[in-house]
Amino acid sequence: MVQEARTDRGSALSLPRPEEAYRDMLRVRHVAEKAYELFLKNYIHGTMHLGVGQEAVAVGVAATLKSGDYTLGTYRGHNHVVARGAPLDACFGELFGREIGLCKGKGGSMHLTSVEHGCLGSYAIVGAHLPIACGTAWSARLLGTDSVTSCFFGDGATNIGAFHEALNLAAVWKLPVIFVCENNLYMEYTPIANVTAVPRPAADRASAYGLESIVVDGNDIEAVYNVAAKAVQRARAGEGPSLIEALTYRQRGHSRTDPGRYRPSEEVAEWLERDPVTSFARRLENAGWTLDELARIEEAVVAEVEEAAERALASPPPGPEELFTDVFCGSNTSWRN
Amino acid sequence: MPVLTYRQALNEALREEMNRDESVFCLGEEIGRFGGSYRVTEGLLDEFGPERILATPISELGIIGLATGAAMTGLRPVAEIMTINFIMVGMDQLVNNAAKIPYMFGGEAQVPIVVRTPSGAGHQLTAQHSQVLEVWFAYVPGMYVVAPSTPADAKGLLKTCIRDNNPILFVENVLLYNDKGEVPDGEHIVPLGKAAIRREGDDVTIVSYSRMVNVALQAADALADDGISAEVIDLRSLRPLDMDTVLASVRKTNHAMIVHEGWRKYGAGAEIAAQIQELAFDYLDHPVQRVTGAEVPLPYAQSLEAAALPQLEFVVDGARTMVGKR
Repeated sequence: MVQEARTDRGSALSLPRPEEAYRDMLRVRHVAEKAYELFLKNYIHGTMHLGVGQEAVAVGVAATLKSGDYTLGTYRGHNHVVARGAPLDACFGELFGREIGLCKGKGGSMHLTSVEHGCLGSYAIVGAHLPIACGTAWSARLLGTDSVTSCFFGDGATNIGAFHEALNLAAVWKLPVIFVCENNLYMEYTPIANVTAVPRPAADRASAYGLESIVVDGNDIEAVYNVAAKAVQRARAGEGPSLIEALTYRQRGHSRTDPGRYRPSEEVAEWLERDPVTSFARRLENAGWTLDELARIEEAVVAEVEEAAERALASPPPGPEELFTDVFCGSNTSWRN
Repeated sequence: MPVLTYRQALNEALREEMNRDESVFCLGEEIGRFGGSYRVTEGLLDEFGPERILATPISELGIIGLATGAAMTGLRPVAEIMTINFIMVGMDQLVNNAAKIPYMFGGEAQVPIVVRTPSGAGHQLTAQHSQVLEVWFAYVPGMYVVAPSTPADAKGLLKTCIRDNNPILFVENVLLYNDKGEVPDGEHIVPLGKAAIRREGDDVTIVSYSRMVNVALQAADALADDGISAEVIDLRSLRPLDMDTVLASVRKTNHAMIVHEGWRKYGAGAEIAAQIQELAFDYLDHPVQRVTGAEVPLPYAQSLEAAALPQLEFVVDGARTMVGKR
C-alpha cells in the first residue's frame, strides 16, 4: 500500500523515481559539505572545487542514463561521479589520498573516476575532455552498442578550441553524446559574460554546429531531466549529439582558497533562494511527501556519508610500491607466441 | 623475401592488423580517398570502409582526443597526424590526457593509441614543416616513442605498437618513405625496446635512430676505408630506451657518438650521453660526441637546408678524431 501511495504522488512529477533523485541530490550535497569540513580539518590537501548549488544538473542527467552509458566530467567533478553511483567511501578515500580511493590515491579531487559506474574520468585541463567524449561515443558506433556519453563542463570551457573541435566532430558524425554546459556564471573568478561575445556561451554557439539551442534551468532537476531525457533518446536513436546549457550557480568560490567575494551579495542571495536541493524538497512536499519523511531521507544520507568518510579515514595511505605502478600498462603480449 | 618501400611496409602493417583485429581503426586528415599525405593509407578505404578509415576535419586536437576516448572504451585507434609539426595543437591530448589517464585514474583505464606522424627535413619545406620534435614526447612518462629506420622495422614495429596497450608516438621520416628493403611476409613482429645493431664494429659506437641510421652506416663505410671499425646501433625507440645494448657496445669500443637530426641542446643525445657517463664512465677513452641538426628554424634554400642537417663528414671526422686517427 505504501509503495502504491508513493507511486501515485510521484506521478505529479516528471522524474520517474523522485525519491531516489532526491536522495542522490542529498548525497551529492552532503559529500561536498563533508569534504569541505574535512578540508578545513586538513584531511584533504592540494585543491578542491566544489559544485555546491549545481547538484540538479548532475543528478538530473544521471537519472536519464543506464548502465553502459559513459560520463566524463571536470575537476569540479565530485557531483557527477557520486550521481552515477560510485561508492562514497572510495570517493572520500580519493580525496584523502588513501589506498581505498577510486584512483588508489593517485588522482585526488580533480580526477575522480569509476569505470565500473561509467565514469571515464574527471579532467583538469579545461575543455580537453570534450574530444575524449567524442571518442567514447565513436566506440559505441563502431562496436554497435547503444551506449550514450554524457559530458559535463563549465561555461569557461566554451571559449577554448577543444570545445569547438569536439562539437564539430560530434555533429558531423552524429555521435551519441550529450554535452552539458553547467553555466554557473563565472569562468573562475571572472564573469563569463565579460569574456564571451554572446549571452549564452554554449547555447548561442550551437547553431554553428547545426545543433538546436537548448537552455534549461539547471537548478530545476525536473527541467534538467526532461531535456536530458530527450537528448539521450535522440543520441540512442542515432540522431546525433545535443548541447545543453544548464543555468546554475556555484554557491562557493572557484576552489578551496576562494571565498568568492567578487560576487555581488544580492546575486548570491538570489541564487541561494533558488537552491536546487531545497527547491526540489519543496516540490516533493507539494507532491505529497511529508516534511518528516523528507527529513528522514536526509538523516539517512547524512549517516551514510559520515560512515563512508570514516571508512575512508581508516584506510591507509598508498604504500611507496604504488609510485611506479600504472605509469605504463601491462601490454597484451599474446603476439609473442 | 618481398622487397617493399617503407611506405608500403606501413600500409601492409595497417592492413594486416585491421584484418586481424576489428577493434583497430585509422583516423586522420586526408587518409580516406586521398590515401594520406604520404600515401600510407592508400587503398585501405576501399577495403575497410569509411568508419574504419575515418577521414577527419583538420582538427589535430580532436583527432587525438577522439582516439583517446575510443581507446579507453575498447578500440585500438591508429591516428595519423599529417606531419609532426602539426602535433603541437594536439599535444595537450597526448601529454595531459593519453599519457596520464592510466596513472591518474589509478589503473582504471588504458589508452592503447598509436599516433603515426612523419618527422624530419629534407624536402625544403622550411621552418614549420621540417621539425624533429619526437624527443619532447619521449620526455613524458606514460608514452612510448618509436621510430623505425627500415621498411622491415616499419612493418614490424607498427604491428607491435598497434597491439601494445600504451599511447605511442610512431615517428616516420619524410625521406624514408621511398626507401626499399626486404620485409617479411605476414606475421612480422619487432619487440619494443630492443635496439638493433646494424653493423658490428670494435673501435667506435655510433648510436642513432630513424633516418640518421643511414647516415651513420654511410659514415661506417667511410671509416672502414680508414681502418676504423664502427658499430652502428639503431635505437628503434626513444622510450623504451635500450641502454643495455648501447652500454654493451661502448664497453667494447670505448668510444661513443650519437647522431640525430633534431636540435642539439636537450636533445636525445643529451640523455643518452648522460646515461653513458653515468653507467660506463670508466670505459670511455674520449668524451661522448654528438652530431645533430643545426639549432636554427629550418631554412628554405637548398644550400641552407642541407647545411642545417647532420653532415656525413661531421660523423666521419668526429669518429676519426675520437679514435685518434686523423
